[in-house]
Amino acid sequence: MGTPLTTHHILTVLVENKPGVLTRVAGLFARRGFNIFSLAVAPTEDDRFSRITVVVDVESAPLEQIIKQLDKLINVVKIDELAPGEAVERELLLATVAAGPDVRGQVIELVGVFEGRILSVGWDQVTVVLEGHPDKLDDFEELLDNYGIVSLQRTGRVALPKLDRRTAIPPPDPSSPSRRP
Amino acid sequence: MSEHLNGGQALIKSLELEGVETIFGLPGGAILPVYDPIIDSPIRHILVRHEQGAGHMAEGFAQATGRPGVAMVTSGPAATNIVTPLCDAYMDSIPMVVITGQVPYPAIGTDAFQECDTTGITLPVTKHNFLISEAQDIPRIIREAFHIATTGRPGPVLVDVPKDIVDPKNPRSAMEWYWPESVDLPGYRPLTTGDPEQIRRAAELILRAERPVIYAGGGILKARAADALRELAELCDIHVVTTLMARGAFPDEHPLALGMPGMHGNYTAVTSLQKSDLLLALGSRFDDRVTGRVPSFAPEAKIVHVDIDPAELGKVRRPDVGIAGDARLVIEEMVRAVRSLLEGGGSFPERSAWKSQISGWQERYPLTYEQSEAGDALKPQFVLETLRDSTPDDCIVASGVGQHQMWTSQYWKFNHPYTWVNSGGLGTMGFSVPAAIGAKVGRPDRMVWAVDGDGCFQMTAQELVTAASERIPVKVAILNNAYLGMVRQWQEMFYEERYSEVYLSPDLPDYKMWAEAMGCIGMRVESPEEVQPAIDKANEIDDRPVVIEFRTDSSEKVYPMVPAGLSNDEIIVDPSQGEGGR
Repeated sequence: MGTPLTTHHILTVLVENKPGVLTRVAGLFARRGFNIFSLAVAPTEDDRFSRITVVVDVESAPLEQIIKQLDKLINVVKIDELAPGEAVERELLLATVAAGPDVRGQVIELVGVFEGRILSVGWDQVTVVLEGHPDKLDDFEELLDNYGIVSLQRTGRVALPKLDRRTAIPPPDPSSPSRRP
Repeated sequence: MSEHLNGGQALIKSLELEGVETIFGLPGGAILPVYDPIIDSPIRHILVRHEQGAGHMAEGFAQATGRPGVAMVTSGPAATNIVTPLCDAYMDSIPMVVITGQVPYPAIGTDAFQECDTTGITLPVTKHNFLISEAQDIPRIIREAFHIATTGRPGPVLVDVPKDIVDPKNPRSAMEWYWPESVDLPGYRPLTTGDPEQIRRAAELILRAERPVIYAGGGILKARAADALRELAELCDIHVVTTLMARGAFPDEHPLALGMPGMHGNYTAVTSLQKSDLLLALGSRFDDRVTGRVPSFAPEAKIVHVDIDPAELGKVRRPDVGIAGDARLVIEEMVRAVRSLLEGGGSFPERSAWKSQISGWQERYPLTYEQSEAGDALKPQFVLETLRDSTPDDCIVASGVGQHQMWTSQYWKFNHPYTWVNSGGLGTMGFSVPAAIGAKVGRPDRMVWAVDGDGCFQMTAQELVTAASERIPVKVAILNNAYLGMVRQWQEMFYEERYSEVYLSPDLPDYKMWAEAMGCIGMRVESPEEVQPAIDKANEIDDRPVVIEFRTDSSEKVYPMVPAGLSNDEIIVDPSQGEGGR
């Protein structure tokens, strides 16, 4: 699952916690022919709202059109576009890998190098977990695949804007990172 | 002291407080408890014969009055029957609120009798929809529904009401009455005024343009901006085309009016857009039926695009100046901006060459058709011209979809806003009869004619029973060419005259007898000299609906035509006018 970042943009979409809101967002993408690369939904610090982090494929439609159409949904409160350099991104990967006695040591070593953990051990398989930047997960997945991935589950990325440490200085580019129309 | 009501009473009371005077609907199991308090309400309920009729009547009412149309039906099949009107209203931005019954809340998801996922089905065809879970939420949600339907870019809103929260026999229907002072929708902030800087830039472009054209869309009517549009056009001396959805937004008899552009627009309207150097797109959305092949649409024109929906700006054509805002407010500001540039010494460039080019096109390529010989079938255009000249200037005309719709839009003279009721975006056959009924209910002071095709008429004619029993005196002109005429035209022109499944028969059904069976006056007209007397007779009848069947020439085609997917430069004019602009 290589991520060609040039055509993928991250949107964080603050939505009202109402029934069916995820269907509305997903349905809009389907109806307008926009492609979703990954999607993660979770409650926020305010229980009236949830945050959807969606990685969109801007080859399918211009990002501006995607944002404007999303913004028309009544339950969508705020949309921020996170440019890759201006966001902290994380994702979680769970994988069950073939690891017979001859290679088990290598798999454990690989998990150690990536600072992952072993969650479950069977006779000839192990289930591992890794949290990190999606690129790091891509690398890990590629290396694990040499041993044979039996099943794989990734959460899709979540992201928040990077914090501005130059608090004394006003940000130079007022249009960034929010691109709300 | 607060008042204890049940949910059904609260729903009807909420509609009353929203100013609803008429509901178009049909009761059934799940919505029964809401129908009981209607007996005690001043709201007029019009009992339709099919739920699709209720939806189109609500649309016709809204298009004629500018107020939201309201329809109420039960769950399951009734809800699915009203999906077409919802989609139609969504495409044409018509304010409408539809109330549907739903099975009791605890039964949702169990495949109960007449259960259907109504909010799921209607999600992509509504501006918003609600499934109410508690009786206490009813006034708030009704308030929100009307607010969303009528503000910003208007559209249909559906409210799904489970039976248990409105049924007085169920304790879940108990609620304490309140009426919310305001709505709280954190994600909904419709725009109003435009960006003054962009408006100033638009004014500067107007002062530089040598070949400007105003491309007015349905948003002018939604924003009640017809007066503002006229002021702008006259101040800047710019010609105006009115799209299918904007017919009536600018008077057809005004010297600056160019009529309808698009696939069946007149030559001058289509070509002036193509050759212009500045398009002022006001409340229009660059629909494919207007632009033809997009990359070759108005290739030399700079674009000023005004729309209340920011997503329309740049959706099809990237504007040079994009202004998100209410059309009336933005146009009024634009008038002020142009005035101040003129007062500061600015002036318009010499445009006499452009004007004479336009009048040259008008002279060379007017709308035209061949009059029929004695004994031949009627020409539909002749029928429409006679009807147009025999009705008051403010007569409301509703149409279905197809050839008769295009001829009506072409040949009618729309001189007042809200006199044209039709289905533009979705192209819903069968729209005209119920829409005309809704328009007549909303504007009982006006004469209302439906112009319909024989194919369309057969889809929704049963609503004439509604009209007859409710004494709603609409008039229907059926242009009966015994064919699905527009499909026939495409098969003739693009499928080598291979006519597949388009023949309907001129006398099956017998339209006159059918009309009479439905409680209407029925007439049949077959020769030109009968046209005027029949229309005169129909115009005198004001106590019941009238249907006139006109037997028209099935080989008649709508011209001009820009074949689908081609450039507007490849417009085909009437064969008597030669090769057109090519």
